[in-house]
Amino acid sequence: MAEKTFTVPIGPIHPALKEIESFILTVDGERVVNVELDLGYSHRGLEYIVTHRCNPIQAIYIAERICGICSTSHPYAYVQSMEHAAGITPPERAEIIRAIIGELERIHSHILWAGVAAHEIGFDTLLHWTWKIRENVLDVLEAITGNRINYAMFTIGGVRRDIDEKGIRQIRSSLQFYREVFDTFVATFIEDTTVKMRTRDVGILTREEAEKQVAVGPTARGSGVPKDVRYDKPYSAYADLDIYPIVPDEFTHEETKGDVYDRIVVRIFEVLQSVHILEDLCDLLESTPGPITYQQNLVVVLNQLKRAVGEGIGRHEAPRGEVFHYSMLNKREQPVVWKVRAPTYNNYASWIPMMKGTQIADIPIVIASIDPCLSCADRMTVVDERTGKSRVMTLQEMREMGWRKTKEIKRRVA
Amino acid sequence: MLDIPYEVEILLRSTVGAIAVALFALIFGLILVGIDRKVHARMQSRIGPPIRQPFRDVKKLLYKQTIIPENAVQSIYNNAPILAFAAAMAVMVYLPLGPFSPMLSEGGDLILVLYLLIIPSLAMVVGGFASGSPYATVGAQREMVLMISYELPLASVIIAIAWKAASGGLDFAAFTFSGIMSYPIWDHVGAVGAVGAILLLGTILITLPGEMSKIPFDAPEAETEICGGLLAEYSGRNLAMFMLADAVKTVALGTLVIALFFPWGLTPTLESVLDVDINKYIGWGIDFLFYMLKLILLVVVAVSFPRTAFSRIKVDQITDVYWKRVGAMALVGVFLLMLDLQVL
Repeated sequence: MAEKTFTVPIGPIHPALKEIESFILTVDGERVVNVELDLGYSHRGLEYIVTHRCNPIQAIYIAERICGICSTSHPYAYVQSMEHAAGITPPERAEIIRAIIGELERIHSHILWAGVAAHEIGFDTLLHWTWKIRENVLDVLEAITGNRINYAMFTIGGVRRDIDEKGIRQIRSSLQFYREVFDTFVATFIEDTTVKMRTRDVGILTREEAEKQVAVGPTARGSGVPKDVRYDKPYSAYADLDIYPIVPDEFTHEETKGDVYDRIVVRIFEVLQSVHILEDLCDLLESTPGPITYQQNLVVVLNQLKRAVGEGIGRHEAPRGEVFHYSMLNKREQPVVWKVRAPTYNNYASWIPMMKGTQIADIPIVIASIDPCLSCADRMTVVDERTGKSRVMTLQEMREMGWRKTKEIKRRVA
Repeated sequence: MLDIPYEVEILLRSTVGAIAVALFALIFGLILVGIDRKVHARMQSRIGPPIRQPFRDVKKLLYKQTIIPENAVQSIYNNAPILAFAAAMAVMVYLPLGPFSPMLSEGGDLILVLYLLIIPSLAMVVGGFASGSPYATVGAQREMVLMISYELPLASVIIAIAWKAASGGLDFAAFTFSGIMSYPIWDHVGAVGAVGAILLLGTILITLPGEMSKIPFDAPEAETEICGGLLAEYSGRNLAMFMLADAVKTVALGTLVIALFFPWGLTPTLESVLDVDINKYIGWGIDFLFYMLKLILLVVVAVSFPRTAFSRIKVDQITDVYWKRVGAMALVGVFLLMLDLQVL
């Protein structure tokens, strides 16, 4: 053969991918020589919808639907940004309930991820087992909020439902369940030989590279970067708790390599960490009576938001890493600006150093190892209507678009 | 008994017999696949498909449109499934099915079976390369590496057993099935040799998932990595052919292991325990049922269990496992067999 290498497309539709995205791999035999990322398939224009059609309360439900898995993380950051912008302080009990929902979500998200990772390395038994134990926390969430996913718990200035005695009891019994199965969880993932064979020394992201690519969440922590919003800049009820970032070498007792295995270790032990946090939160909730919103009447809240001028940020440590929302209010029905930065957006770039030099067989688990959420992160795609072909924009074009958008925002603010 | 001339008997055997064997291999092969899927599902705490599901799958595939990719080499692409199926069927004719001696015992032996068993995999490789898809190409490359990997331990087991039979006095018949079956390895070894034989049995059991491309050795078809690899482009009738070839190959491989390691029938034991004479035909029936039971157990142990307990390993790890670990196991087994001969 004249050429030694050939290309293998992974995606846009591929069994290894849970969402549509595309990787063009250049391979030499089994070894990956080069990777090209092609993103933007699941852009839905949610920011546009909010800044043009929704009032700040309606926008909560849009924020909730940015992501199917972290359906609490986005409203969490969004309501924080709005409260920051309008100068609203939610009551203490509401902050605790928010953190409880956030941590329950982390448990279910990490267990879901563990199942997906097992499926990617062809270990379906583990997939079925992990998803079976995930049902427990989903049942609790359903009992507390009424929904397995998309809990609709958040509102600006508080939460919409209280957690009563019965709810706390259910959470506690669920925590007991996860304490009991945790040893099996560790044995089947961290101590299993074949899992280790498939994930050790695969998809390495060094600490320097992780810092250079500004990775967040378990992806960064897996490389030994102690980075956690709950620890670095405590917000909400997390300020009252003893939280530290999970880094793998504490648990593996080996040098941190920044490979897929280390990221598995981080996520598995974060489940246990969440269990501990939730126990503290349940105690806190019992000892903190009080209202769950600062203002019961939504019309009052809405009018206050419509009159407000200001900008605000909201940050939350989502299961995948830091989610960051920026909002600007300027005496209008809609928020003038709403900018969402999902954790996957930060973690995209770390795929490239992870993938180069690995084998084709490693690609699915490497993709899954950052727990990508493409629908969170996709921002735009350019498609020529006449030819139906999409193209990549140049940096200059992007800059010009940015200028145009800033001008438009300025016009609306003025 | 009727006095049938030899030529007529051969003719009868090779027509009526061949059709009977083909039907048995097809139907029982699909049942085996169904049992494997059910057991696998139960072990994963799923309900699983009904045992007749593979029949429905094949039926549906036969109805469906057969798509041929634009840049496939049509003649090869379409004929590879037929070749795979035919080769798998051909193996069955040379294998002893429980109480029945091989249909064409005069014409073939262990070595021939060993070669014929390679053909379905080889046909898949050829078909994969001919599909003109990058996934299938990667899958075909992996399948070749896989074949190279498991052939070494497999061949060493078969040769060791034949050698043992030959050293026990079966000079010429050592590689024929009738020879091997009349000389069960367990009856002719001491304690050391038994350990060796167990190691050899372990070796051949570990090669079975490799031969059938099942987890942990399913790299050539790896669904999450290369979308089914070799079979990525196959659909409709062609895919049904491959499924049938796979089912028949499962029966063939199981039968081979049974002939090598567990050749006994149940009838002699029953006769001695119950102290009765069992009619020849009833005896055949009992032995045949016993043979099917052995096949089911073998598939559950060698295919369903590993596929539940392990993750898929990478193709370089497969070679590593088969050559270094399993290969060493086979060599130790052979060595112990030889040592046993010295001790005796």
